[in-house]
Amino acid sequence: MSDITAPAYRVIPIIPALKPGAMEGKGPFVASDKINEAIGFPGQLVEDWHDRAIARMGELLSKYRSLRVFMDACVHCGACSDKCHYFIGTQDPKNMPVARQDLMRSVYRRYFTLPGKFFPKLVGARDLTREVLDEWYNYFHQCSECRRCSVFCPYGIDTAEVTMAAREILDSVGYGQKYSNEIIGKVHKIGNNLGLPAPALIDTLEGLEEDVKEATGIDVRFPIDVKGAEVLLITPSADFFAEPHIDSLIGYAKVFHATGTSWTLSSMASEAGNFGMFIGNYEQLRKIALRIREVALELGVKRIVVGECGHAWRVAYSFWNTLSGVGEGADPNDKFAQMLQKQLDHRYKQPMHICEFTWDMIELNALSFDKEANDKHIITFHDSCNVARGSRMGDFAGGQFDIPRNIIKAVANNFVEMSPETTRERTFCCGGGGGLLTDDLLELRVKGALPRMEVLRQVADEHGVNFMATICAICKAQFTKIMPIYGFDRRMVGGVHQLVSNAIKLGDK
Amino acid sequence: MSSIEVDGNTYETDEEGYLTNLADWNADIANYMAKTENITMTDQHWEVVNFLREYFDEYQIAPAVRVLTKAIGKKFGAEKGNSEYLYGLFPYGPGKQACKIAGLPKPTGCI
Repeated sequence: MSDITAPAYRVIPIIPALKPGAMEGKGPFVASDKINEAIGFPGQLVEDWHDRAIARMGELLSKYRSLRVFMDACVHCGACSDKCHYFIGTQDPKNMPVARQDLMRSVYRRYFTLPGKFFPKLVGARDLTREVLDEWYNYFHQCSECRRCSVFCPYGIDTAEVTMAAREILDSVGYGQKYSNEIIGKVHKIGNNLGLPAPALIDTLEGLEEDVKEATGIDVRFPIDVKGAEVLLITPSADFFAEPHIDSLIGYAKVFHATGTSWTLSSMASEAGNFGMFIGNYEQLRKIALRIREVALELGVKRIVVGECGHAWRVAYSFWNTLSGVGEGADPNDKFAQMLQKQLDHRYKQPMHICEFTWDMIELNALSFDKEANDKHIITFHDSCNVARGSRMGDFAGGQFDIPRNIIKAVANNFVEMSPETTRERTFCCGGGGGLLTDDLLELRVKGALPRMEVLRQVADEHGVNFMATICAICKAQFTKIMPIYGFDRRMVGGVHQLVSNAIKLGDK
Repeated sequence: MSSIEVDGNTYETDEEGYLTNLADWNADIANYMAKTENITMTDQHWEVVNFLREYFDEYQIAPAVRVLTKAIGKKFGAEKGNSEYLYGLFPYGPGKQACKIAGLPKPTGCI
């Protein structure tokens, strides 16, 4: 793996020269029987995979009208073609979003449209052969479902939904990805993506209490499984485990401490992430979300706050209400969802992002900061794709962009924006999202980070930027891994609440 | 399934060379794994590997990076209690690379 090198920065960042077949291959590791069966999928590729795949595709097309529209609507205008970080980094024409989608669209035409059934060659329709299925597996695991291309599509085709459908079809015939499916199994069995059992979690949290006490002299608590707490914090399990993630966890705890908020973590629902979305499987998505409802009901909490996790915030903001009753709009016949809706305190947003929580408290003057504590940093902000394009924060359009930046500016003196072509709704994926944050895809991850690294290099050279803040566990892990390959220090990446943690004044406000 | 051969014995591993059965592990396997990772095991490496195994025995998971650095610092001297030291020993990341040598499953997630 050490032989993976960073691609050269583009002199003029336009459409790269094509390298057909550059990323052909077998794709990421395929899930084993054991991993697949543990979450209810066929163990390995079933004998009648062709018929079952087409049947599943038909089900998805009738269940999600959006998918049928996306299959029919594309006019191949090419607006999306150079918008994908994986295409830019790999130069493989099949990673142009339009071409990647056409891997499925051509099969759709063959089986679900009249011209394709009778004159397949005339309309570019293809049989679903084993080669095509393998091609799906490979290239639909070269899309991080970040939806940047969708921003530029005149028809608003949601490419991520096509990738999700493809992965769902693959899973339904026993051709799932090891990384995502293994992680989903761990959430169901243990409660979080990492597989941290409660005793390990408790041991880690006790250690953090000691560390913060040592550093600040203040008893900041990291409570877990506390009945009757006001706030239940749901955060990615990486926050308990990895660097720099854990520094943001310390930041959340300090904010709760400084504002006198009663809060708790949960050992059973110790995961904000929901890889059910990445594999496009509604049942897995719902089952993972229901753990949080069960715990919220059991602990009797009034508010649910979500930590720094990109896709979790999309799931929480966009889907939790109907999936589990966190927020408005639960099924009237879903007893427990109704129960939870009544239990939660609707004077507050349900769910609420930790950045919304902290920013509200800053606006209420409930927090004070020693901004000089962050003076060693010249900071920029990387918008995470699922927060930017799949959710919102606050009460105004663009809150998901402004609120994290407002927090940074409230806790630090030096803030610089990267090129506007690459921020806010036009942000680039870190290169590791959507279930691709695995070592067997490291080459893809390095190449996919190219457009972000180009503009980071620009602000580093021009403004001396030495810290890139972000609010996603995947972004943090991906950048920590790949930035040294681009000649940056891995400690240049961190969370927004890591900066909060550096500057927050405890005990004297 | 993949496998490795050490001193004439065959051991099952996953695709990335992590040992499938924890109980198979021994010092020879650790040395073999280290070699495939271009690492020469020293006393300092063994301190980390042994701690990982102890921790795993108790908690069924590898320790968080912070827990690891703190424990190593406490046990073997404050100068060793930081992630730079651990990255120095295990350049590919102390979590994943040291776990592999210690015969533990690879920690995966958003890390």
